[in-house]
Order: sequence, then C-alpha cells, then structure tokens
Amino acid sequence: MDEPQIYQRLSTIFQDVFDEDDIQVTPELSAKDVDGWDSLTHIRLILTVEKAFGIKFSTSEIGKLENVGGLVALIKSRA
Amino acid sequence: MNSLETDLQWLPRVPQDFSSRLKAIANLDVEPMGRELQALAQYALDVNQLTKLAKIIGKARTGRKSLKPLVPFRLAVLSNSTIDMIVPALVATAARHGVDLEIIQPSYDQVAQEALTPDSTVNRSKPDAVMFALDYRALPLKLSLGDHAGSSATVQGAIGYLQALRQGIKTNCNAVCIFQTFVPPVERLFGSLDRALPGTLRNLIDRINSELVQFVLREGDVLLDVAGIAESVGAAQWHDPVLWNMAKFPFSDQLIPLYADHVARIVAAIRGKSRKVLILDLDNTVWGGVIGDDGLEGINVAQGDARGEAHLALQRMALDLRQRGIVLAVSSKNTDSVAREPFEKHPEMLLKLDHIAVFQANWNDKATNIQAIAEELSLGLDAMVFVDDNPVERGLVRSLLPQVAVPELPEDPAYYARTVAAAGYFDAVAFATEDLQRAGFYQDNAKRANLQKQVGGVDAYLASLDMTITFQPFDATGRARIVQLINKSNQYNLTTRRYTDPEISVLENDPSVFTLQVRLADIFGDNGMISVVICIPGEPGVWQIDTWLMSCRVLGRKVEHMVLREILRNARAAGIDKLVGVYRPTEKNKLVVDHYAKLGFTKIDEVESGVTRWAFSAQDAEPDAAPMKVVVQGLPERERTFA
Repeated sequence: MDEPQIYQRLSTIFQDVFDEDDIQVTPELSAKDVDGWDSLTHIRLILTVEKAFGIKFSTSEIGKLENVGGLVALIKSRA
Repeated sequence: MNSLETDLQWLPRVPQDFSSRLKAIANLDVEPMGRELQALAQYALDVNQLTKLAKIIGKARTGRKSLKPLVPFRLAVLSNSTIDMIVPALVATAARHGVDLEIIQPSYDQVAQEALTPDSTVNRSKPDAVMFALDYRALPLKLSLGDHAGSSATVQGAIGYLQALRQGIKTNCNAVCIFQTFVPPVERLFGSLDRALPGTLRNLIDRINSELVQFVLREGDVLLDVAGIAESVGAAQWHDPVLWNMAKFPFSDQLIPLYADHVARIVAAIRGKSRKVLILDLDNTVWGGVIGDDGLEGINVAQGDARGEAHLALQRMALDLRQRGIVLAVSSKNTDSVAREPFEKHPEMLLKLDHIAVFQANWNDKATNIQAIAEELSLGLDAMVFVDDNPVERGLVRSLLPQVAVPELPEDPAYYARTVAAAGYFDAVAFATEDLQRAGFYQDNAKRANLQKQVGGVDAYLASLDMTITFQPFDATGRARIVQLINKSNQYNLTTRRYTDPEISVLENDPSVFTLQVRLADIFGDNGMISVVICIPGEPGVWQIDTWLMSCRVLGRKVEHMVLREILRNARAAGIDKLVGVYRPTEKNKLVVDHYAKLGFTKIDEVESGVTRWAFSAQDAEPDAAPMKVVVQGLPERERTFA
C-alpha cells in the first residue's frame, strides 16, 4: 500500500472517529488541531486504525506518536 | 476469534448509508425520534458507530426532544476502570433494546466513596439502578497459597466489600443493584492446579463469583455474568494487557459492543421488555428440506443424520425455552395439513403440535401471519422473535414489522440454535415459578376461546369456567411476579407506572398504602397472578388508584368487576368513601380507555393530552358479582353484605 492510499483510508477513519466530514488529513495534523482529539479519542483512533489495517501497535509505539505523518510511517513499516 | 459473539452476528450488517441516515435523523427534526433511532441501532454497530449514535441521542436529550417510544432508564455505573469509551456504546445499544438510557458516571475509581456517601453524585441523582462494573483488580485479593483459613478470609473480605457497597446504595438511594461476576486473569501460577489450590487468584475469584451469585439471588439483585461472557469469547480475548496498562480499559475494545448488548438486555429486562414468543419457520428451519416437496420421508430431522441433528438442536432449544415460559408459534408458507404432518407423524420430531400455541401455515405473507399470531396471543409485536432460514422472509418481516426481532442466521444450520441463543432475546433478571406455566396459559386461552364459540351467552360461558379468584395484599412471595407484571403489562394498564423491586418492597410495608395481588384459577388450570392494584392515600377519605393492571389472558372474564368490589370492601373497612382513578394514555393501552366508565366511575375531568380522572363514591352502584368463587387471604375478614 502506498502513501496516498494510506492517507485516503485514514481520511475515512478520521471522519468516522471524530464524526467530522471535512477533516483534512495531512502529515502535520496532530491532536491540537482537531476538536475532541483528547487522550481517549486518541485511543479510539489508534484502535480503529489497527482494525482497519489489520495490524497491532506496541505500547511504546502508541506513546511516541506525535502527528499523522508518524502514524503513516508506522503503518508503512508494518504493511 | 469467536466471531459469532464478538461481531454480534445475529444482527444485520451495517448498511453503507448508515452515517447519512444518522445525519438525516439529526437534521430532520422529527419528533418523537425513538423509532428512527431504534431502527438504526438494530445493526451490528462498531464502537465508532455507536459513539455517533449516542451523540445524536445526547443532543436530542439536551434539546428536550421526545425519544418516545423508548422507555427512560437512569443507570449509574461505578467502576474501578476507564469506562468512557463504554458509556456511549451503552447509550446507543440501549436504543436497540427500546430503552432511552441515561448514564450517571461519577469520577474514575470512586466506587466506595460514591456508594457510601449519602450526598454523592450517584446517590443524589436517584438512579433507577446502579451497576458495579468492577473487575478483579478492584478487589483486595492477596495470594494465600494452600492456606484454607487465609483464603476464606480473603473471599469473605471481598464479599463483605461488595455487600457494604450494596448497603450504601440501598440506604442512600435504594436503586436496583446490578453486580458483575469477575473474569479471572489468564496468567496461571501452577497451571491446572490453580483452580483447585486454595488461595490462588483463580481459586479466590471462582469462590468470590460463587458467593456473589448466591447473595445476588438471595437479595433479589440483578446479575450481569461478565465471567460468562468472557468464557464464551475466551478470557485471553477478554483481557487486553496493552489497553489496561495504557488506559485502564477493563477489557478489549473489540468486546465493547457485545458487553453493551448484554448490559442493555439486562436493563430492558428490568423494564419488562424481554421477548416472550418464539415464532418458527418450518422448512429448512425446524427440519431440513421442504415438506411439500420432499415429503415425510425426505425431510432431515433424524438423530444420526448430521443435518437432522442440527435442526433437532433448534427444536430442543425451543422446547427448553417453552419450559421456562416462552410461547412457541409457527409461521410457515405451506398447506396447513402438509405442514402439520411431520408434527403428527414423524417419530423423531421433538416438537409436537401440543407445544405450539398458534400454528399459522398458509400462503399469506409472513408479516400478516405474525400479526395474526400477536393478536391471537394478545401480545405486542415487540414481544416476538421470528426465526427463518430465508433471508427474503427475514427482510420482509424486518421492513414491515420492525418491532419483531429477526436474527440473521448463518449458512450452516448447525449454528442456528447457538445464534438464536447468543442474541439473548429472552434474557431475564428474575424467575417466577409462574413463568414455568406461562406457555401453557396461552395455549389454554386458545382452548377457552374455542369453548366460548361453543357455549351460548358470555355469562353461561363464564359460569362454565368454574373460576376461583384469590385476593391478597402484596407480600415477599408474590413480589417477583408483581414486579414483572408492573414492568411488562402494557395493554390492560391504566397508568403504566413502572416500579422496581425495592420500590414495591417499600409500598408493601407502608400501612397507608392498599395493595392487591389477584390470582385466578379455572377448569383449564391455574392462571397464576393476573392483576395488580396499588391505592395510595389522597385527600382525607380518598384513595388514589396509582396502579391498576391486568393480564390480557383473562380479558372478558369480569375480573376487573370483582377487583373493584374487593377494593371497595377494603376501602370501607379503612373509612374511605371515595376512589379516584386516572387513565394515562400510552401507545398501547387504548384497550382500557373506558375501563373506569364501564365500572360505573364518573369522569371528573380531562387534564392534558387524553389523561382522564375518574371518581367512585360510596353511594355509587357497585358492579354485580361475576360467577366465580372468591378467596381472600391476608386482608380484613369478608363482609357478608355490602353497604
């Protein structure tokens, strides 16, 4: 799976998790940019990503995530 | 991974347009929105979808929009773990079960403080029920390997803690208490020996669960068997160490929809919304093959034949359900005589015609047939479950009669019984011995209806029934059934006020309140408890009829006349000279709109939207006695004459 495909799928996931249709998923996007991206929604996001891509992240990987770019890199490393 | 349970496979899959339909409801501004929300909750929603649905429900509630016909219920959840992701799932899933659920969620890990402090968030909010959503890490468990005395002390300590929490809630807000069994951790110390050796974690938790379920049963509390749910999906699947470490999630996020469904079933059952009737299709459901094509010798329903055994397993389950009081019916597209043939002639059929209360085999569409079944049984469509292997029939019934529960079935009939059971349509919170006889009652009613056709007048018919009516005040023995009737009678129910077990216990012990439980027996058998009345003191000399309900099984028997006579007799003994009754209309109780008029009450006024008030004074003419023997127990002596 290449990056554009990953971003496309992440867009759908973000819309679903944050219940927000016009959310723009860019590499720089992070928790401070999105209303309702608190620690709990973060976990829900990660769990949804894991399920959608059929992968599992480790505790430390989840802790280190800073923005969408990091998330995409992590997904790519697993795919 | 056990996908039947985790994916809620008895529910239809989520349609592509789920999100847009949800938005449409939110924007449409329709009222009441309960039906639409319930329809969207029918699908196998994941946590994100449940969260969105809960958001719409929350907005509607804040905007004070009506969520009818969803029944309101306020549930406080006390937990030692993070339940923030579970709460929205509970709210949305409750809509699936017809409940408008409001969750009271105090701060994280404040279990004892909330239960024991009289003015805590939970106690002040006066919830209908409090759920102790605790997992084993909430208990003071210390290993005491091989130490009988020490391990027993630990078990008693844990049970004592739970009982103290219960006592706090009972004293401070008297809500129904819901306890969860504990899921033991997967990690073992000695291996298999853990279960046997006193003082291992496994051994301690097993014993705590066993003591817990006993006290729940004894106290009339409600049990949520979380250990049982974890058993079905696997404990290793249940406990998720990453989520516990990271955010103190009590169990895997993937099991939230399943857990929420179990909680919602319990809440719905407390409100009397469990289903009561199992309607079975025949061809390829009750037996393998098509009786009209394959004939008696061609259908699969024999032991020793794998296909036949799959269908027999479903029959066995239907019979077991019937034994616990679930009514069985048949809806089949067949010629009646052909459809009956296997029941009459096939030696290996477990189900017999005797077990089926209503048998609808014809060429009408199934929605029409199911409606006919509901009418014949005098039960609502929301009491029905319809099992059919044919997806077209399932789809038709779902779209025409959305109140009927229709499980999706897998390809292989070997899983039919398990799928229907996993859906938990008939989950109950208590068991009254009368439940055992319920299926028989409904069948006897069909016989009575036949008898009615044969004999001439109604009075002659009633006299021929040789009825005995028994009046008693509320008591502990009758309470489970009283609570059940109060929470599930919809049609013959003047005020549709729902009360919980503790609330009834309070009324039972209040000397200023007059209560009546009524039983009726006749030549066909004992109908059990069929009517409940609660009168509370009003102005001096007045009793307000707070609750008057009756089982529709005994409609047209003049039971209500006899009940009024008994109320009047007791009223006089208590120096009361006026009864005031109220009719509060609901979607389902049009049946009793003229109840008070028919009994000779005079209308006082019509308050709002169809609510009417009625009075009966000492000088009004009391209804004539109906032909039945009267037995009075635990109430003042019978007078021979009436004033």
